[in-house]
Amino acid sequence: MIEARGVWARRGGTDILKGVSLEVDEGEILAVIGPTGSGKTTLLRLLNLLDHPDGGKVLFDGTDVSKDERSRFSARRRMAMVFQKPTIFNLTVEKNVSYGLRIRGVSGQARRDRSRAALRDVGLSGYENRRAFSLSGGEAQRVALARALVTEPELLLLDEATANLDPRTAETIEDLIRRAGGDGLSVVMATHDLDQARRLSDSVAVLVGGEMVQMGSPDDIFERPESDVVARFVRARSGW
Amino acid sequence: MDEIAAGLVRAAEMILALDPTVVEITTKSLAIALTSTAIAAILTVPIGGLIHFHNFRGKRVVVNLIQTLYSLPTVTVGLVVFLLLSRSGPLGSFGLLFTPWGMVIGQTILIMPIITGLTIAALSGVGPAVRDTAVSLGASKFQAIFTIMAEARAAMLAAVLLGFGRALSEVGVAMMIGGNIRGYTRVLTTAIALETSRGDVELSMALGIILISISLIVNLLVNRAQGNWWS
Repeated sequence: MIEARGVWARRGGTDILKGVSLEVDEGEILAVIGPTGSGKTTLLRLLNLLDHPDGGKVLFDGTDVSKDERSRFSARRRMAMVFQKPTIFNLTVEKNVSYGLRIRGVSGQARRDRSRAALRDVGLSGYENRRAFSLSGGEAQRVALARALVTEPELLLLDEATANLDPRTAETIEDLIRRAGGDGLSVVMATHDLDQARRLSDSVAVLVGGEMVQMGSPDDIFERPESDVVARFVRARSGW
Repeated sequence: MDEIAAGLVRAAEMILALDPTVVEITTKSLAIALTSTAIAAILTVPIGGLIHFHNFRGKRVVVNLIQTLYSLPTVTVGLVVFLLLSRSGPLGSFGLLFTPWGMVIGQTILIMPIITGLTIAALSGVGPAVRDTAVSLGASKFQAIFTIMAEARAAMLAAVLLGFGRALSEVGVAMMIGGNIRGYTRVLTTAIALETSRGDVELSMALGIILISISLIVNLLVNRAQGNWWS
């Protein structure tokens, strides 16, 4: 589905990512974990083709989409990203959710139906006509998730998407992600919640200081860490 | 003091009775200022967008220059446009001097920097997260630009309203290009100047009250556009 091949990202003279490689298959849920400042968000932005890598390449369905703007745009139309601090447009909730459909030219009634269904999925039925700016942080996060899912992306990128949610809502969202994964949606999620990474993901990538120090199944990462760095990180953060 | 009080009473009577002179001057003022604002907005909102969305050498200098022109003296614009439109000027053959359309040209030039500069400021205030969100959801470059402009709509409307306020309240262009011809190019500001010099304080005050009222309404609309209705 998507592959990062030796990507580098440099910001203000500092290397944020140092030759990171990873691959996500169709229907796979990959959790990217690592300490704050390890480059998780930067990696997601590169995978979403929002930023250009300073080295290496990003391949979508085997095609290098790092450079050519047309192929980047085509690939972006098949994915969606939910940011850690979601930006909600100054519109109603329904118009926020239907944004991705509107720019794809989906007609009015289909747009409304799909947006309402997406809002139902994230537990926000009845919020359609509310001004999005009146929402709480958690509600805004759910609107952002509905807005991403309504476009039926093949790849969903989540940057701490459940960090602002109460445990019950986070559980609803996790169910949604799990179901979407079962339906063939590929997911890359950056998370600080190691329990969540273990519960939800098919594979886990550990980023430390911009380097991919280990990638494998959740059991590999949490039970058989390959280095002291990974062992220290997963043990310090999880209750196990 | 008595003169002012009597003037206020007489002015109120003229306004309430819809005095033909007052109505004629007010509608002329509004028509010219609204036309100037519409033309300036059509020309400068896209220019503001082009400047904001494109990076080019000297962009900061251009923005600084535009901001400097906010306080362009109206008499200077009046002088330049007068020279352009006068019979011996390059546009003299159009016969626009001392006409409402001549005034529209002058006022349009006067308020273009304000609307351009405030449009750039409005778009700059949106922040890169809106662009990132739009693009991450599949927006093309133009769709992302449109989304940013939609998010800045309140501030851009405020920019246009401020331009209208400046056009309505200026006197230099109206006097020099319009010539203050009764029933043709006489507007609120030039009429106030003339009637005060002639000693018709009541009419001046009536026109002044209308001008201030319109300015107040414009100011309320600007605040409304920016979401600060009550503050």
